[in-house]
Amino acid sequence: MAANASAPTLGARIPRLSISGIVGIIVVIAGALLLLKNFTVAPSRFVEVTLIGITVGCVYALVALGYTLVYGILELINFAHGDVFMLGGMFTITYATHFFGLHHGQGSLTVPIVIATLVLTMLTCGFINASIEFIAYKPLRHAPRLAPLITAIGVSFIIQDVGLAWKGPNYITAPDVFPHRDVFSFRGVDYGWNKLIVVVITIPVLVALTWLVQRTRQGKAMRATAQDKDAAAIMGINVNRTISFTFLIAGSLAGAAGLCYSLYVTTVRFDQGFQLGLIAFTAAVLGGIGNLPGAVLGAILIGLIQAWNEGLPWHMPGSDWTQSIVFSILILILVFRPEGLLGERTPEGG
Amino acid sequence: MASSSVWKQYGLPRYRTLSDRTRWGIAIGLEILLAIVLFFLDHSLGYAVLTIAAIYWAYRLPPLPWRLLAQAILIAIFLMPEPSLSVTLAIAFAVFWIPKQYRSRAMPAIAITLAVLYPFYQPKMFTIPVFGAWPDVATGVVMLVFIMMAVGLNIVVGYAGLLDLGYVAFYAMGAYTAAWFSSLQFSTHNLHFGAVGITPDLPGIHISVWLLIPLAGAVAALAGILIGLPTLRLRGDYLAIVTLGFGEILPQIARNGDNFFGTGFNLTNGPNGITPLDSIGFGNTVSDATGGFLPASYLACCSKTVLGHQVQSTDVFFWTAIMLLLFTVFCSFRLQYSRLGRAWIAIREDETAAAAMGVPLMRTKTWAYATGAFFGGVAGAYYANFKSATFPGDFFFNISVFILCMVILGGMGNIWGVIVGAGFLAYLDREGLANTGAWVNANVHVGGWHPNIDVPLYASGIYGLIILLVMLFRPEGLIPSRRIAAEMHEDVQHDQYLYDVQHAGAEAG
Repeated sequence: MAANASAPTLGARIPRLSISGIVGIIVVIAGALLLLKNFTVAPSRFVEVTLIGITVGCVYALVALGYTLVYGILELINFAHGDVFMLGGMFTITYATHFFGLHHGQGSLTVPIVIATLVLTMLTCGFINASIEFIAYKPLRHAPRLAPLITAIGVSFIIQDVGLAWKGPNYITAPDVFPHRDVFSFRGVDYGWNKLIVVVITIPVLVALTWLVQRTRQGKAMRATAQDKDAAAIMGINVNRTISFTFLIAGSLAGAAGLCYSLYVTTVRFDQGFQLGLIAFTAAVLGGIGNLPGAVLGAILIGLIQAWNEGLPWHMPGSDWTQSIVFSILILILVFRPEGLLGERTPEGG
Repeated sequence: MASSSVWKQYGLPRYRTLSDRTRWGIAIGLEILLAIVLFFLDHSLGYAVLTIAAIYWAYRLPPLPWRLLAQAILIAIFLMPEPSLSVTLAIAFAVFWIPKQYRSRAMPAIAITLAVLYPFYQPKMFTIPVFGAWPDVATGVVMLVFIMMAVGLNIVVGYAGLLDLGYVAFYAMGAYTAAWFSSLQFSTHNLHFGAVGITPDLPGIHISVWLLIPLAGAVAALAGILIGLPTLRLRGDYLAIVTLGFGEILPQIARNGDNFFGTGFNLTNGPNGITPLDSIGFGNTVSDATGGFLPASYLACCSKTVLGHQVQSTDVFFWTAIMLLLFTVFCSFRLQYSRLGRAWIAIREDETAAAAMGVPLMRTKTWAYATGAFFGGVAGAYYANFKSATFPGDFFFNISVFILCMVILGGMGNIWGVIVGAGFLAYLDREGLANTGAWVNANVHVGGWHPNIDVPLYASGIYGLIILLVMLFRPEGLIPSRRIAAEMHEDVQHDQYLYDVQHAGAEAG
């Protein structure tokens, strides 16, 4: 993919108005007008919903980064990723309540317990994801392209059933530990701690990931492997170990997302991961798959679109149609702009 | 393969390198041991292992007179306790006595005959260890419908190599098309055309099901073309994702379609689904003309007793499903090595090379999509009619994966493989998992631990496991197509680009 970047196309910078471009612009303008109308109808509600969207978008960002990391390095859509995220939620609840005895209203003990749970969950999910790669994808490294993709669907179903066998078919609840007290309340706009904390957990994780990919030897190896596996191997990079490491990182991001989600939404069920995983994958595609900042941008956008759709009062389709809207975006992006919003910048360029 | 390295690792001699006698000794010894162990678990399972081993070893004997004698003894053994098993064995042995040059014609004929006669002998069949009784005829109808869909999906996935994760969308299209035009759904209109078994003043659109089945196929094929035209440019996994997206959107439209955005327009009747549907049937005129051989209405059928078997409406549905399946399989076979079929294979193996040789990519892929969708639509329409209902809950992503699993398990590209894989998995889904689960819960006791597992609950995980194991150990499927097997095992270099963004961007612009 990177090889294409070296072929300069001068005309690419000049926007050409094709039919797809016009349709895209019309859709975006219509969406913007709808939002503007909603803003004038209920401004405080609009801001509040937007803040919810950013919070949810942060969770999506963590999951989407996992998709994009794995896709960047193996060109594999890891369908099982969403289910690892679901397991992350389950591990969070298990660790927090059964190991540490976390419950509502624990005061100053809450923060260290949440941090310890976060570390444990990230380690567990990272290990699970790396094991999945070792068992299911590594033997198929040289098989036709579609073979690991089909396998990934199989693994996804298996993990769902692991969750089902472990926690049963019903929703399980996490302790509602984050205070719902407002961080600020301004003209009817309430912003609770439980939302802020999701952002507070997400941002350091993102910074750490950027540092890891950009500044460390291992990150360099990841970027090199993503660019060209054979050349990387010639340069003395252990490609298999790098791929395992990438899955480890992706899994631990999913674990962090699982923690944020389960503590923010407070319910987890075995089949939640797949749906949310698809939404996060859409986010990764929207931002440009293989592109780390793109995944975050796409995730925030998808989070906003979902929140606006479900929360705004004036003529929005509502939560019944969220999935259809998200998947329509996915299809439109893939058909008209498969390189995503931020263009074709793979991890090595981003 | 992974297995050879395991052998080397432990310094064991490979089984294949041992002498014939040692190998036979080891194999027979292991079989007897297994039979003894399983005998304590469940008597019939022990006998089954011995019987299967005996059948296998009988084929190692020289044909005349020893093999014949061994087979005759086997048949004779079961004549007293289980005559149906004797007959089954006799037929199975007889098939393999047919000379090779006739076998490829004789086997389909025998298979079709046995399938058509199934309702007559099903109640008299023996009980299979672990799996329980043979599937009843209603399960048979479902199996046939799923086989039809799997054969249809095989055209897309097996022939053309396009991964379709939203096949259930076409199934839904077919089911809803059949439901709209043969139910009370549009009760403000009143249109009757050839429908049977209803009064002429019944509101709603009622069109003969015989017309609706091809119509449903055509609608699904049209949907396939509409979905395909913009998306088939995409390669490999991007196409898979787009089809998955459609597969998720359509059921949601079906679920929310009782009141589109508050307009009050009821298209799909929402989660309650559309039910009941008109019965399929030939009408009184045809029925009387054939002396009641063709039933006037399937649901109000039948009163006859043939060969000591009271013919029921499920039997008639079963036979019709066989006819539809035969049509599907016939088309599939004829397409396989047609000009179009060869173009599909070329695209599957190397898209760029195929394009260079003058295969029109878009048109060929769209045809694959439309053909696959057609059979999906036909199957959906027939299944909706059989159930006399259609619900949005029937069209989840799981079903797409379930059908894909059938194709993969049986062997992509091989119609026989797909039929066997689909039949087996559809049986597992309807009866097999429940039966095996009951057997496990009743018979397996590990140190005082009595499992109480609701096996059908874990169905999708079991299918996932099947997909995983097949892809890891036998990616070409149980009954592979020789060509696909060769493709699966050549060491493909992995440095090809999945998606040539710049090139495709230029095409899109």
